[in-house]
Amino acid sequence: MALDAKIPGGVLAEKWTQYKSTIPLVNPANKRSLEIIVVGSGLAGASAAASLAEMGYKVKVFCFQDSPRRAHSIAAQGGINAAKNYQNDGDSVYRLFYDTIKGGDYRAREANVHRLAEVSSGIIDQCVAQGVPFAREYGGLLSNRSFGGTQVQRTFYAAGQTGQQLLLGAYSALERQIGYGNVTMLSRHEMLDIVKIDGKARGIIARDLVTGELERHFGHAVLLCTGGYGNVFYLSTNAMGSNVTAAWKAHKRGAYFGNPCFTQIHPTCIPVSGDHQSKLTLMSESLRNDGRIWVPKNLNETRPALSIPEEERDYYLERRYPAFGNLVPRDVASRAAKERCDAGYGVGTSKMAVYLDYADAIQRYGKQEATKLGENGASEARIRELGVEVVKAKYGNLFDMYKQITGENPYEVPMRIYPAVHYTMGGLWVDYNLMTTVPGLYALGEANFSDHGANRLGASALMQGLADGYFVIPYTIGAYLSTEIRTKAIPTTHEAFEEAENNVKNTLDQMLNIKGTKPVDYFHKALGRIMWDECGMSRNEAGLKQAITDIRALKEEFWQNVRIPGTSDELNPELEKAGRVADFIELGELMCIDALSRNESCGGHFREEYQTEEGEALRDDDNYAFVSAWEYLGDAGYALHKEELIYENIKIAQRSYK
Amino acid sequence: MQLTIKVWRQKNNKTKGKFETHQLSNISPDMSFLEMIDVLNIQMIEAGQDPVAFDHDCREGICGTCSMYINGRPHGPHSGITTCLLHMRSFNDGDTIVIEPWRSAAFPVIKDLVVDRSAFDRIIAAGGFISVNTGNARDANSLPINKEDADASFAAAACIGCGACVAACPNGSAMLFTSANVTKLAKLPQGQPERYIRAKKMVEQMDKEGFGACSNHGACEVECPKEITLETIALMNRDYLTASLIENREG
Repeated sequence: MALDAKIPGGVLAEKWTQYKSTIPLVNPANKRSLEIIVVGSGLAGASAAASLAEMGYKVKVFCFQDSPRRAHSIAAQGGINAAKNYQNDGDSVYRLFYDTIKGGDYRAREANVHRLAEVSSGIIDQCVAQGVPFAREYGGLLSNRSFGGTQVQRTFYAAGQTGQQLLLGAYSALERQIGYGNVTMLSRHEMLDIVKIDGKARGIIARDLVTGELERHFGHAVLLCTGGYGNVFYLSTNAMGSNVTAAWKAHKRGAYFGNPCFTQIHPTCIPVSGDHQSKLTLMSESLRNDGRIWVPKNLNETRPALSIPEEERDYYLERRYPAFGNLVPRDVASRAAKERCDAGYGVGTSKMAVYLDYADAIQRYGKQEATKLGENGASEARIRELGVEVVKAKYGNLFDMYKQITGENPYEVPMRIYPAVHYTMGGLWVDYNLMTTVPGLYALGEANFSDHGANRLGASALMQGLADGYFVIPYTIGAYLSTEIRTKAIPTTHEAFEEAENNVKNTLDQMLNIKGTKPVDYFHKALGRIMWDECGMSRNEAGLKQAITDIRALKEEFWQNVRIPGTSDELNPELEKAGRVADFIELGELMCIDALSRNESCGGHFREEYQTEEGEALRDDDNYAFVSAWEYLGDAGYALHKEELIYENIKIAQRSYK
Repeated sequence: MQLTIKVWRQKNNKTKGKFETHQLSNISPDMSFLEMIDVLNIQMIEAGQDPVAFDHDCREGICGTCSMYINGRPHGPHSGITTCLLHMRSFNDGDTIVIEPWRSAAFPVIKDLVVDRSAFDRIIAAGGFISVNTGNARDANSLPINKEDADASFAAAACIGCGACVAACPNGSAMLFTSANVTKLAKLPQGQPERYIRAKKMVEQMDKEGFGACSNHGACEVECPKEITLETIALMNRDYLTASLIENREG
């Protein structure tokens, strides 16, 4: 099937406005009889469900957590971008668009990214109207901060809890619609298959995680808002339950998977402390605003951080990238940390960490405060005290979290950080309407591939999730649903529902009947090690080929030797995990195939064979300026379809942050 | 570290539960509490036993999913953190650790340590929002909010809905959860049009869900991992009273 991205014609800056006013509308009476299924209740899912219900559609929302408020969007820390230009520092829709395309290393669609930048302002307005308590200045107006890959201050935030506050805003809008009876909420439910009738998505099979019962649900359209698949690496900053299952089932039912190998490895996470580690914790990118990253200049340095004098420290980001310094994009910062550690300059017991140091920021803020307070002769101790107060106000919860996890006090000693898997730019391929290659099946937020190219800039994930849910899908879904007004609700006794439910039931029974010797976590950890070593921060041909062989062997072992206790008719977390890990294993193979097929380096995809003399990513625009959309062919493997990326408005160039 | 774990086992909400004792060795002080339970569960699966069901997700203290009573305290021995941020360095070699689910009539046990907290969602659905449809907003900076109010709203909005306040309360009251969610909107100008009716509806729903009454015991404030204060309860009581006065005047 040829890919049609359905990008509207016309001038870039006017495409969305013009298209919006031409999309067919659905009248209010018809909306009442059109049913929409939303899977996932994070920023994308909750905002979409609330907005669609407000418009009059009948909406059903599913989440595997015990409450929609717990979706992993809640853990986003740093902020959300918007081209408000409140700081009068030259920001504009065009600059946000440009920064995002450049940050994504020229592997995202111009039209989608421009639309994202256009609607960004409205998101902030909507959130404030809902009562989201963004940080404010003394004058009562909204505060902004800087994030990586930009030179303006366009990031709105709520201390280190921006995701939480935005999600609670969307959740409150969703709960309002639930209270009104416009949304049916099914928590502790997991989607396990898509139901297709005559080629169109017509519903889902979901498992009630408490009773284990399989349920059939009809919808005129199905929206997957199920987040990313970073947990394919076992260790990541994702929540324990975050998974690819819904997206993967959709893929197996005909939805192409876009750029699966594009993974974001976030530079500032708390390092691994031992084999018992179950997940990694992010320290917000906002910390790079004020913190300075360094390693010792001497190999085999054994002194503690505070005993290493200034001239023996290598502030390697400031040295290599003077224009952006500590605020280079995430992929660049992560690779630079890996380079120093691989070269032997790492710190801490594992030597796989670098310092993130707040001493200078505490001094600088302390002096500013002393001046403000008129304490001209303030002592060193007083300046420190004042500085610590400022840092506490800005990043207190993050510092507390670091202290809880590591047992070290980051106000006293520099934090130790190392890159960790954080976000996946890849996802289900969607057109401009956010529809996958299956008619009636949509993907929103991190679950789709569309806006971040090969690297996502900080504070852009929250923006995209809410853009898709509040301001894109409510319009674009009309293009499809306006053609569905004559479709009556299809009874779930239809054979397609029967077939899908049997398919799910058989898979569950098969897994439970293996009764092998190794717990699910054994397989998940083994997969994670393969993926991190061979398909992580840097990749090469030989390693990827080996990984594919190893993953196939692991898949075989899983289906012969996994041990899942209990039954399928009860709350059974091991069974849930097993299904997710089985899907991760298959996805892992596709990620390696994708990484192997892309003979260039771009953004987070760094192929060792393709780098500049200075060790920067070397793109190949002549041969790889396309989106890889993979079609599932069952035992025959995967077929690659290419969506060419055409840059009409941005001159494609080598990304430089020097 | 060597530990003795006494953990609550309950098949479902129709059966009675009991404590089960397990021995654990080779526990690292750097492990989180939940990672210790992961080790216990792997040990049980390998021994052919049914592992302990427990709610957990983000493991960084923000999603509010984890919910355990540890040695008689919600979220364990420290203040200001959730169970997932508790680390084994807070315990001693040879300790016996007792783990139970939240206990409250309004939070029925689903299995082992997993309870049903959907009553919290219904309290929000009853009124914990500002009625603004998508697309109705005006420019965000057209409404300055003094920093003190914004900060007070933010402090109340830190609530993660974990339910420790209910679990800590001898009466099983949900006053702290409800008042935090009333306060975060009551402190903002956007929240004023529905302020009193919101408090009234949320309190009524809270009562309907079977939570106990507040007797100013204060355990909720002590155990709240996000350090929500009792002042929010005072504000909610005032707003609820005001709502009743308005109703009487209008009625």
